[in-house]
Amino acid sequence: MTGDGNAEPDRARRFRDAALPYLDDVFALARYLMRDAADAEDAVQECYLRAWRHFDSYRGPAMKPWLLAILRNVCNAEFARRGRQETVADCAETEQAAEQGPMWQEAPASPEAVLLRRHDDDTIRRLIAALPQPFRETIVLREVNDLSYQEIAAVAGVPVGTVMSRLARARAMLRSAWNAAEGPTSGATP
Amino acid sequence: MNCAECEILIHALIDGELDAGHARDVEAHVATCAACAEKLKSFRAMRDAMAEADLKGAAPAQLRVRIEAALPPVPAAAPRRQLLQPSRRSFFGGLAVGTALSAAVAASVIVAVFRNDREAIIADEVVSAHIRSLQAGHLMDVETGDQHTVKPWFNGKVDVAPPVIDLTAQGFTLLGGRLDYIGGEPVAAVVYQRRKHVINLFVAQRLGAEHAAVAASTIQGYNTRHWTEQGLDFWAVSDLAPDELDEFARKISAALHSAGSS
Repeated sequence: MTGDGNAEPDRARRFRDAALPYLDDVFALARYLMRDAADAEDAVQECYLRAWRHFDSYRGPAMKPWLLAILRNVCNAEFARRGRQETVADCAETEQAAEQGPMWQEAPASPEAVLLRRHDDDTIRRLIAALPQPFRETIVLREVNDLSYQEIAAVAGVPVGTVMSRLARARAMLRSAWNAAEGPTSGATP
Repeated sequence: MNCAECEILIHALIDGELDAGHARDVEAHVATCAACAEKLKSFRAMRDAMAEADLKGAAPAQLRVRIEAALPPVPAAAPRRQLLQPSRRSFFGGLAVGTALSAAVAASVIVAVFRNDREAIIADEVVSAHIRSLQAGHLMDVETGDQHTVKPWFNGKVDVAPPVIDLTAQGFTLLGGRLDYIGGEPVAAVVYQRRKHVINLFVAQRLGAEHAAVAASTIQGYNTRHWTEQGLDFWAVSDLAPDELDEFARKISAALHSAGSS
């Protein structure tokens, strides 16, 4: 019984120690999902408050994907509130459109085409941010947040097979945009 | 392996998400297919370029301050004992109770989804592994109907000693065993057959949620049965009719119970 007075502060300390180290990760995903710095900050703050309120019953998975899943929910709720078409989950149309897009009909790669244009960090961030959902979140969770396929599947609520096909399409789209974007080139095709 | 499969799997290869067997398959295909080889090279180059770039950035300092301020304080010194329970509201920085409540509900939904997801993901992988096993030459690593050959074969390959039960007399022929991967973990697959239908029985320490009772599902036309017994996780997958797969699960379970099976 003597420990009761310390329970809440202890819990708060544990939460800070466990969750705050992932602030950069959560903010990065928020930036790519919301595509606006101020909106991203609001979403991140809401995410941490929700996570704290639910910290009692947190039993895993790993803290990072747990936080990112909450953030994704916050962003979806915000899009729903605004009545925008673009929710993170509502992807059937984009996915279909992307499938019909030109990326699977790429010209057979010549050896020169394999060489990538060089881009600065800003340009790469812009190219990723321009990808449609759900490919954007998939590639961000993979390349920026460094999650495993299993973790991405858990965050996005889809099977691993879906993660794999989304990632393949995301990278194909990104590569097309990458080579089309202006930038210093290294061995572009004529 | 064909190009369509390879187009998906090269990414798993780049990301280090393929088991050794599939990595070899992809590499073998790439060695003979110029188009896929170019793709692999170019996606790898892009991945490297992304790894070098700073795509994450840092959260603004004032955001960190804002969040820390909104969280309950962590006193530097030992807190004074309080007679009353600390008010929950004060910890939420005076947020309306309604908001706190709805957010808690939302968060609990997330957790529930996570748990179900895990089970669904495993089920999905089990079915994928079953389908993979049906491809020519993938079904068995050790091919024999002798349970006393199959069982020791698993020694040192998986971290469990899977029960290998001969049900031939009961209509399910033991074909052999295989090492497979579910959720990145090596698992034992014991292969049975009834008529022309293959049954994979995956045995592992702990894959999905615990199921004392048998949980049934159907994925892509395949039936699965999942249950937990004697500290082991069992997944049976087949295109066999549901009642026959039930019968299979019952017989395995009964054999396990009839003391010290094999």
